[in-house]
Amino acid sequence: MTAPTTGTSTTGRSTNGGAVPDLAGPGSSGTARRTPDRRSGSGPQESRVSRTVAMTVMVVFTVYFLVPIWWLLVAATKARGDLTTTNALWFSDMNLLENLAATTGYGGGVLPRWLLNSVLYAGGGALLGTLLAGMCGYALAKYRFPGRELVFNVVLGGVLVPATALALPLFLLFSQINATNTFWSVFLPSIVSPFGVYLTRIFAASAVPEELLEAARLDGSGEVRTFFTVAVRLMFPALVTVFLFQFVAIWNNFFLPLIMLRDEALFPVTLGLYNWNTQVNQVPELRLYVLTGALLSIVPLIVVFLLLQRFWRGGLGSGALK
Amino acid sequence: MRTTTRAVSVALLALTALTACSSGADDGAAGAGDTASGGACEPAGEPVTLTYTTWIPGIEDVVATWNEANPDIQVEVQTGPNGNGGTYQNFFNQLEAGNAPDLGQIEYDALPNFRVQDGLVDLGACEEVVAAKDQFVDWTWQQVQLGEEDSVYAIPQDAGPMALFYRADLFEQNNIPVPTTWEEFATAAEQVRAAGGYITNFSQADINQFAGLVWQAGGSWFENDGEQWTVDLTNEESVKVASFWDDLIERDLVSTYPGWTTEWDNAYNSGEVWTWNSAVWGANSIATGAPDTAGRWAVAPSPQWEDGDASAGNWGGSTTAVFQGTEHPYEAAKFALWLNTSEEALTALIEAANLYPATTDGAQLPALAEGVEFYGGQPIYDVFAEASEQVSPDFVWGPTMTQVYNDVSDGFSQAITGGGTLTEALESAEGTTVSALEAQAIPVAK
Repeated sequence: MTAPTTGTSTTGRSTNGGAVPDLAGPGSSGTARRTPDRRSGSGPQESRVSRTVAMTVMVVFTVYFLVPIWWLLVAATKARGDLTTTNALWFSDMNLLENLAATTGYGGGVLPRWLLNSVLYAGGGALLGTLLAGMCGYALAKYRFPGRELVFNVVLGGVLVPATALALPLFLLFSQINATNTFWSVFLPSIVSPFGVYLTRIFAASAVPEELLEAARLDGSGEVRTFFTVAVRLMFPALVTVFLFQFVAIWNNFFLPLIMLRDEALFPVTLGLYNWNTQVNQVPELRLYVLTGALLSIVPLIVVFLLLQRFWRGGLGSGALK
Repeated sequence: MRTTTRAVSVALLALTALTACSSGADDGAAGAGDTASGGACEPAGEPVTLTYTTWIPGIEDVVATWNEANPDIQVEVQTGPNGNGGTYQNFFNQLEAGNAPDLGQIEYDALPNFRVQDGLVDLGACEEVVAAKDQFVDWTWQQVQLGEEDSVYAIPQDAGPMALFYRADLFEQNNIPVPTTWEEFATAAEQVRAAGGYITNFSQADINQFAGLVWQAGGSWFENDGEQWTVDLTNEESVKVASFWDDLIERDLVSTYPGWTTEWDNAYNSGEVWTWNSAVWGANSIATGAPDTAGRWAVAPSPQWEDGDASAGNWGGSTTAVFQGTEHPYEAAKFALWLNTSEEALTALIEAANLYPATTDGAQLPALAEGVEFYGGQPIYDVFAEASEQVSPDFVWGPTMTQVYNDVSDGFSQAITGGGTLTEALESAEGTTVSALEAQAIPVAK
């Protein structure tokens, strides 16, 4: 995943003259829409050469990113003996259903449990995290209060601290209150998203017009109601982005659960698969189960991406308010 | 897989550095021991619940058997990745935070590290533990005493005695005798090369395999006199082993695929590589990695340095240790003894996880007496039972083995690509190891 292009538009702070940040992210569909105004009219005239070069680069990278997934898909369909002996990028005997059954059944059916845990950690954490980040970003963008910039700068500093570096201090903190090895020890740290606050603040500053808030206030709407009925809708593309980022970040977060959790029933799927992988020497079947499990574990991510992509476009359209 | 493990250990090491900074200078003095655990090994006199962290697959069922029979000593299993994959670091974090489990799985080569950090309860005060000594193969007990006369820092669980896995069919077809000495091994290597194969693969990352070879030759990389550590990666035996392999590598008589990779599996599966001098648990690795060669393998004792010798190395193996901070060392020791000596537990462990017991009786269990189909029906565990009795009790692990493995491995990788020799790699790693010990304020004898 690449960072969205909004990351660079720091000029959009507080003064809301800037253009709506482009949140279409890595997708190519956004580029056409983002064509700068000064080049409008007859439309952009790209030379055939630059177009070919761009296409080639994109094709190369697409292949580069898709080959491992293809390999994973192929590997998950093979019997254990065929794994090393047959062509790694093409199918041999179809064994996918047997593998799925064996993988989900191993260890008393613990893998589905891990997947469910991951969905809870990532889904719940991202939802709550997005809500908190959205509220915080909105407040920082739309209310003036002493220390506002200080708060924002502290949050911004939080973006710079890698989550891995916080895992051990968090473990020691949770140890103090005897809360390690619990659901909350992974869930609570996951709902914090400094990047989300940053993004939503920038977005709210430019996408939520003061006039609209004034109008809502005049109509007698309370601040909370205004936030949920007006601001949230305008900020939707940013919120979807934050949700998606947070979802992926929690789903892939491996280090925190590794340090916090000892009870197999609480593991997210990443940690569970890693565990299996370290036991391959003792239980050879696990090699195949790890592969099949890895394939299963990316399915929810793909589903979330495909579902939420639509909101990006829809949100952008409705957010382009004059 | 290996690279991930390594990346994780590097990340974890970085974290250790962080904790080391914050935790002040009060810990880390080697051999300063016998502080908290002064002698108490008394029954609690009331029902207790113990936590036990291990990465043995299928251990839950074994522990369930215990829990059923011992309502007053209930054991809860906690799990995680294998030791170097993260569980050791977790243990250290937990010791730091004061919430370590009562019992934990620790491999032999990591015990000194926990001892130096004062993380282990000395079970020498528990009569039942001391009385169990004779049930274990001698060298395993030496490994858990860590050079201290009356101390026992863990209960040995499994062992990894080494022997020679070889392709019986290929040796026979080519009329090459199976080597019984390392000299014959070198000669056979030439013949195998002439036949188009490699006699074995030298894996630059499996430093504990190399240590096993040094162990067999009678060398030891460390010594601890109770106060100071001596680092001796370049002892006579160690250099002898290194030069032997240097020669084979230089003459292109052994392949040098990185271990545990697909290429490595393929080299065995395709019959390119003919032998593997490995631990008892390696039996599974071959069966998994080289399924097409089923029935064509056999196991012989490791080649010897002198004709007529009978010594074996060891690669791997774990213990069950009791951590500082436990309130119930007596019950913990009782469970650990049952787990690692009783017939029912050992049989279950063999079946669930292919553990090779560290007790003399365990090695004779019916579960290990049968012929193994993959090895042409040979009762291969007989060879390992014999090897286990031949492992020298004198090999000592150092307190910073992760660092030693990494540094030696870096040197070995260079040697394999033509930059230097294995001996030079050991020399250089000896230097970095001394620095690493000094950096942790562990006294080193010059």
